[in-house]
Amino acid sequence: MRVVVDFDLCESNAVCMGIAPEVFEVRDDDFLYVLQEEPDEGLRPKVEEAAARCPKQAIAIEG
Amino acid sequence: MAAADEGLGLTWERGVAAVGLDLARRTVALADGRQLPFDGLVIATGARARTLPGTDGLAGVHALRTLDDALAVRAAVEAGGRLVVVGAGFIGAEVAASCRSRGGDVAMVEPLPAPLARVLGAPMGQVVADLHRDHGVELHLGVGVERLEGDGHVERVVLADGQVLDAEVVVVGIGVIPNTEWLEGSGVELADGVVCDETTLVAPGVVACGDVARWPNRLYDEVMRVEHWEHALDMAAHAARRLLAQDRGEPGEAFAPVPFFWSDQYDRKIQLAGRVRPDDEVAVVAGSLDERRFCALYGRDGRVVGALTMNMPAKVIRYRRQIAEGLGWDDALAAAAGS
Ligand code: SF4
Repeated sequence: MRVVVDFDLCESNAVCMGIAPEVFEVRDDDFLYVLQEEPDEGLRPKVEEAAARCPKQAIAIEG
Repeated sequence: MAAADEGLGLTWERGVAAVGLDLARRTVALADGRQLPFDGLVIATGARARTLPGTDGLAGVHALRTLDDALAVRAAVEAGGRLVVVGAGFIGAEVAASCRSRGGDVAMVEPLPAPLARVLGAPMGQVVADLHRDHGVELHLGVGVERLEGDGHVERVVLADGQVLDAEVVVVGIGVIPNTEWLEGSGVELADGVVCDETTLVAPGVVACGDVARWPNRLYDEVMRVEHWEHALDMAAHAARRLLAQDRGEPGEAFAPVPFFWSDQYDRKIQLAGRVRPDDEVAVVAGSLDERRFCALYGRDGRVVGALTMNMPAKVIRYRRQIAEGLGWDDALAAAAGS
């Protein structure tokens, strides 16, 4: 599983970070950082939820 | 959502309203005369925009519920029409910001002393007032609307204090009315929404969620109805689990979230985690109001009940989790001072 964020769409509202803080982090500079681009399968449900919940539909999961 | 419901065995009944509920026979009456039997029922009929009395049939007056509303407002503003926004809640404040950002001529009227005052309290609402003023919105605060005037098309907004504002287009954002008329007489308790227990249960096998549902949130010791986007998702998932728990003969879990919303206005992102009251204590713990980049905490009875941020998204998300865990007021202030 590979997490890809479209940073042109992302508006840094940190919704994804609320769901999967292991993978998504909005830092004090207000930018979103993907902490693990290829997270463990165990995180898939959380990452999928984050992708579904992203108000900008900016998160894609490949594989 | 076509793909998402494939294979679920759903049958849509589109374009036909539910007009009644019979709890004893466990059926929903439809407008075309059919009775749909159910084992489990989710009430999610939402809410509709409140309108200004006496404005039916007056052209140029919009709520903001549909794409057509949005397109009509944008067209009028881009054609140079002066916009008057009635109500400075989320809808009003966001419409004002969007139209000002497109160079429109915008006035906003609000009976409370500040925009978003109902959800943020007046002091933080002032920050939002200044934001709009600095962007050139003409604010009329602490005054209501008496009536709209015009011959077929709106021309003027008359305020309660007698001021008259010219208007070519009006957006009305004065709250919503839960869609519960179809439940009258059904035995379901109605009180500005469908009343649920703390697990979202309305009656055996019946749950409610979203804008229409009012339930006691034990985290806040308050019966609330919440109209935010995140809430609709969270409460729907909880209500579904509640129905399934009943199927398995298990007790339901309490639904006790920290409400969360955000609102984009100009280049500011306003986010609130929690539920605040006008008399809560407020402390700015990061950034500053002057910069309009800050985090403020709201406290009540020794607990943090809300965290408000302007352009500090990471903070609000962290506080949301901590508030759910029962973050104490003194602890929070001490931690913020030390960081
Ligand atoms: S939820 Fe979407 S828009 Fe928000 S920070 Fe994450 S990727 Fe960006």
